[in-house]
Amino acid sequence: MKSLAYAASDTTVLAKRSLLRIRRQPDLLVGFTIQPVMFVLLFVYVFGGAIETPGLDYVDFLMPGIIVQSMVFGGFVTALGLAEDLKKGLIDRFRSLPMWGPAVLTGRILADVGTNVIQLVVMLTVGILVGFRFATGIPEIVAGVALLLLIGYAFSWVFAFIGLTASSPEASNAYGFTILFPVTFVSSAFVPPETMPDWLRPVAEHNPFTTMVDAERALFLGTPAGNDVWGAVAWCFAIIAVFGALSVWRYRRAVTR
Amino acid sequence: MAGGDVAIEARSLRKSYGDVHALRGVDLDVPSGTVFGLLGPNGAGKTTAVRILTTLIEPDDGSARVAGFDVVGEPAQLRERIGLAGQYAAVDENLSGFENLELVGRLYHLGRQPSRARARELLHDFGLEDAAERLVRTYSGGMRRRLDLAAALVARPPILFLDEPTTGLDLRSRIALWEAIEALVGQGTTVLLTTQYLDEADRLADRIAVIDHGMVIAEGSPEELKGQVGGERLEIRLADGGSRDLAIGALRPISEDEPACENGLLRVPLLTMRGAIADAVRRLDEAGVGIDDIAVRRPTLDDVFLKLTGHAAEPEAEEEPEEAARR
Ligand SMILES: Nc1ncnc2c1ncn2[C@@H]1O[C@H](COP(=O)(O)OP(=O)(O)OP(=O)(O)O)[C@@H](O)[C@H]1O
Ligand SMILES: [Mg+2]
Repeated sequence: MKSLAYAASDTTVLAKRSLLRIRRQPDLLVGFTIQPVMFVLLFVYVFGGAIETPGLDYVDFLMPGIIVQSMVFGGFVTALGLAEDLKKGLIDRFRSLPMWGPAVLTGRILADVGTNVIQLVVMLTVGILVGFRFATGIPEIVAGVALLLLIGYAFSWVFAFIGLTASSPEASNAYGFTILFPVTFVSSAFVPPETMPDWLRPVAEHNPFTTMVDAERALFLGTPAGNDVWGAVAWCFAIIAVFGALSVWRYRRAVTR
Repeated sequence: MAGGDVAIEARSLRKSYGDVHALRGVDLDVPSGTVFGLLGPNGAGKTTAVRILTTLIEPDDGSARVAGFDVVGEPAQLRERIGLAGQYAAVDENLSGFENLELVGRLYHLGRQPSRARARELLHDFGLEDAAERLVRTYSGGMRRRLDLAAALVARPPILFLDEPTTGLDLRSRIALWEAIEALVGQGTTVLLTTQYLDEADRLADRIAVIDHGMVIAEGSPEELKGQVGGERLEIRLADGGSRDLAIGALRPISEDEPACENGLLRVPLLTMRGAIADAVRRLDEAGVGIDDIAVRRPTLDDVFLKLTGHAAEPEAEEEPEEAARR
């Protein structure tokens, strides 16, 4: 019982620390607000006219995809933070304290959920300003928002693992973007997979990212859902289970570089 | 803990990284309330030993108990009784000094108010009050070190591990830190500190283990170790053209052993310290040998080191090939 209380208090204490850091380094905010907004504007006004999305306005097609993408990348702060903690020796200090060890990870990830909420508000506001409209009822929209936060949470664990594995904060950034970025593009997020070449289309269609984006489209726009919503939830839990276990394992053996 | 208890006890600790043998069977015994110095050059295995004793890594072989708890089997209880200031200051750059200490207090589960009170107290003790609200990224190296040491003391741990606490500090900060450590020891804290500085071990430690290539090559009080290299000696630099042989002849009566001469520097092991300089100057004068400089030199742990390892405890002199290839 006592250990459960410690787990909760250690997590919140460390989440507060992560959030303070974002306030102290406001340039980090650029990464997870201005950047996705730039993407929205670029896609809507530059590429949008050239992309056919039968049955949907491009801006409606785009917003669920681009919001999922920004949720996925919101976790990069966790990778960066953990890689820095390792480099600066803070992980050694934490590991020598009688605290609940995984709080170093869960604290950061809880902070990520907070930043994801901010990000979501910014993205939806910008989306509505450029013409995005929900086509479903409140329950679906709420479910869609909850799924977005779950996606953000799941990918925070991926970034936690990256941060603990990369050899430096810079490398963790590079890993995150060079591996995950193409994955988000070879999906239904920005263009319908039917327009891709034959060899690439199956990749896009089986990409879990496509499942997540299609699930959000179903919840926000009422497109046929198929199994996408449950598929997306299942993918999230699978990612949390695998990367949660991997990250805790890495943390326990983490040695300051 | 009552006096006479063993605070830290290690038995044949071994640890390898690939084919680098960081520790090759290390035994340590540190009685409660004493200061133990782990002295060794770069790559000797000091940090590895501290990491094992503070539960950060597990030994490949051997065992250790700290405050009576096994480092592998009972890490949680052990961590409640130790404080660690690692080799590199482990402080959060994006928090203020106060927030750093408060964070550590909260993670020791002291509670919010006690954590804050303790943070204020430590900032005062370490002369960081004026910088308390400033972000640590604006701190100087010495200020970070002090904050790091303060962080290790937040929970008033009975056993303190300090890995090269004064490396990179100027003389004034070093002395201030020594005084802080001495004050803690006065209150009964057990300290294990590693250092490359012989004067530091000499000043602070009750007992010293000299470690090199992962093995303890000598152990004892600073006095015992110095005893191994003999007593005081006179060092005399002869003036140009001063005759070596004449000088040696003149000084033989006050020398315990045959005086040695190397590169114009004459070393005379003294029978007695009393009046030695005046006596030597008079004798050399009578023999007509001019001198540039004369001084009594007490043996330092440098001499111990040189004698035990065949190389000086120069940090840079001991760069090992595997050390260079490590990253
Ligand atoms: N994580 C690691 N991976 C590989 N080799 C390591 C690792 N940590 C230490 N070593 C090696 O183990 C040996 C002992 O290292 P250690 O850090 O304990 O030395 P030290 O006495 O603390 O040296 P210094 O005075 O430079 O801090 C060195 O040869 C070092 O290269
Ligand atoms: Mg070291």
